[in-house]
Amino acid sequence: MSDKSSADILNRRKFLGAAGLAGAGAALSAMPAMAEGAKPDPLITDVQDWNRYLGDGIDKKPYGVPSKFEKNVIRRNVSWLTASPESSVNFTPLHELDGIITPSGLCFERHHSGVAEINPAEHRLMINGLVDKPLVFTMDDIKRMPRINKIHFLECAANSGMEWRGAQLNGCQFTHGMVHNVMYTGVSLKTLLDEAGLKPNAKWLMLEGADAAAMNRSLPIEKALNDCMLAFAMNGEALRPEQGYPLRAVIPGWEGNLWVKWIRRIEVGDQPWQTREETSKYTDLLADGRSRKHTFVMDAKSVVTNPSPQAPLKYKGRNVLSGFAWSGRGTVKRVDVSMDGGRNWQTARIDGPVFDKSLVRFYVDFDWNGQELMIQSRAMDSTGYVQPTKDELRKVRGVNSIYHNNGIQTWLVRSGGETENVEIG
Amino acid sequence: MSRSVKLAAVALLCGVALAVANSRIEAQQIAAQATMKTSSKLGLGRPALPEEIKAWDTDVRPDGMGLPVGKGTVKQGDVIFQAQCASCHGEFGEGAGRWPVLAGGAGTLKADRPEKTIGSFWPDLSTAFDYIKRAMPYGNARSLSDDDVYAVVAYLLSMNDIVKDENFELNEKNFTSIKMPNASAFYDDDRETAERQFWKKDPCMKDCRSAPKVTGRAISVDVTPDNKSGPKVD
Repeated sequence: MSDKSSADILNRRKFLGAAGLAGAGAALSAMPAMAEGAKPDPLITDVQDWNRYLGDGIDKKPYGVPSKFEKNVIRRNVSWLTASPESSVNFTPLHELDGIITPSGLCFERHHSGVAEINPAEHRLMINGLVDKPLVFTMDDIKRMPRINKIHFLECAANSGMEWRGAQLNGCQFTHGMVHNVMYTGVSLKTLLDEAGLKPNAKWLMLEGADAAAMNRSLPIEKALNDCMLAFAMNGEALRPEQGYPLRAVIPGWEGNLWVKWIRRIEVGDQPWQTREETSKYTDLLADGRSRKHTFVMDAKSVVTNPSPQAPLKYKGRNVLSGFAWSGRGTVKRVDVSMDGGRNWQTARIDGPVFDKSLVRFYVDFDWNGQELMIQSRAMDSTGYVQPTKDELRKVRGVNSIYHNNGIQTWLVRSGGETENVEIG
Repeated sequence: MSRSVKLAAVALLCGVALAVANSRIEAQQIAAQATMKTSSKLGLGRPALPEEIKAWDTDVRPDGMGLPVGKGTVKQGDVIFQAQCASCHGEFGEGAGRWPVLAGGAGTLKADRPEKTIGSFWPDLSTAFDYIKRAMPYGNARSLSDDDVYAVVAYLLSMNDIVKDENFELNEKNFTSIKMPNASAFYDDDRETAERQFWKKDPCMKDCRSAPKVTGRAISVDVTPDNKSGPKVD
């Protein structure tokens, strides 16, 4: 066997180990002690290809993509969830991410009639209804208005909705991945509405998309004037088509369905429209047969992303526990983590920026001796709201409300490091 | 009071419960808004023409605002529904495969598995008109005439036993007289009162509960994609 081929095999083995779940936990080891007669690592002693041959030139990738070794870091869908992939959802790979900014190409998608492909030169935004002057804007008009930048989470109202009756999906990508967090650039809704001039009886807006679902939702005027915007950019570049290119609504802290994509019209009125997406959908059926409507705010929530079923523990000894927390009511003030199913808690370390209605990143650096763990996280926000357990939520709401499940998640870490989505009692 | 003092006062009021860094952001935002308020209009955009508003503004409210002039009977709706809708929603709105069920489910909202249809759940008939006109048939939206939409909505009322006569004609005049069975069963978000117990000062940190036992496992349900093999690479 030549040196080159043995290095190849080693590389391949390393690649598989990093990419797949298969065998994770099987090779559990404590910190490797340097045993007598240890063999030198050929990755160090042999000259590697990347150390000898030229790599790609600067003209190979005008728009860069992630390393080929990150091919498993992708959005995934659950085919049994919906009848058609054009009115469906996929999930952000939370367990593969760090920090607080979601890469644009990994932001989960939720469409009601597929992705509208719109040439920005042909996009129009209309404002009509209870205004002094109904107006039509082009994208060029909108880009001549004063700009703002904001970092906010967008969470689907149905995030964790499959978990109301119990543990169903094995991985935080699937249980919590209908969320993303990016920087938006655009104009405030107030700037746009001021151009048209609101009539005194203006109380509600209706936002409408240009896609084949022409998605429409009613939005109270106080919220619209407070902190909402229409964005044409995310993470520094134009919106991705699947995120509403060329223009989308940004409704900080409120359920994702209100963030109308491909937005083409804002109508001003004096009462809500009771559209399909705020009557048949996005209403929360409670145990007594009645339903909450206009449940806009996404409550404080958190999830441990590592370890989690798709990211099991691989080593005894030193480990990093990591996760996200967020609240639609304000900033995250504190995140507590339990290793014993909620009997005892310690306060996690929040690292990185803490913005209003944005994801925050938390860590607990810990030593693991191979004992079984029941890992939970519990977020608190600036209003004093404490993330409840699933049982506490079910006591108030029953199990058929579909949306707004912000209950505490439990991961069972088994002695081999394999990690499972469980319910505990 | 000078403008900056006023702004500081507003910032103080808004930001009193928030962290210093946060109130600084808030103050900046308020300052930015105030600047915009005092400036004159930007003069961007152009007036929307009546034809343009008519083309896009098709929404219908529960009070009937936005209803076009038109009419359609249950019988006419049956013909259109079988041709345009039944392949997904079933001949009687019962749903084909996993496509949405549009009729039935009356009295199931307290059941273990509720069936939420137009008849059993939807509070307003206007929603059906608005939604069908803007978004249906799935894959060929905006292809039905106003009379077609009236007829299909009439057919759905019939399939949900809300109207009994197959000669019943729905039009812009009698539309708002139709009462939906579940109309009174919705109320505005009351979490801040109904779930007040979730706002608490000092959540328990030590010896908070008895030893937990696993009561449910996702791997027993086994519906996660790629669960066994893990993510595929190439």
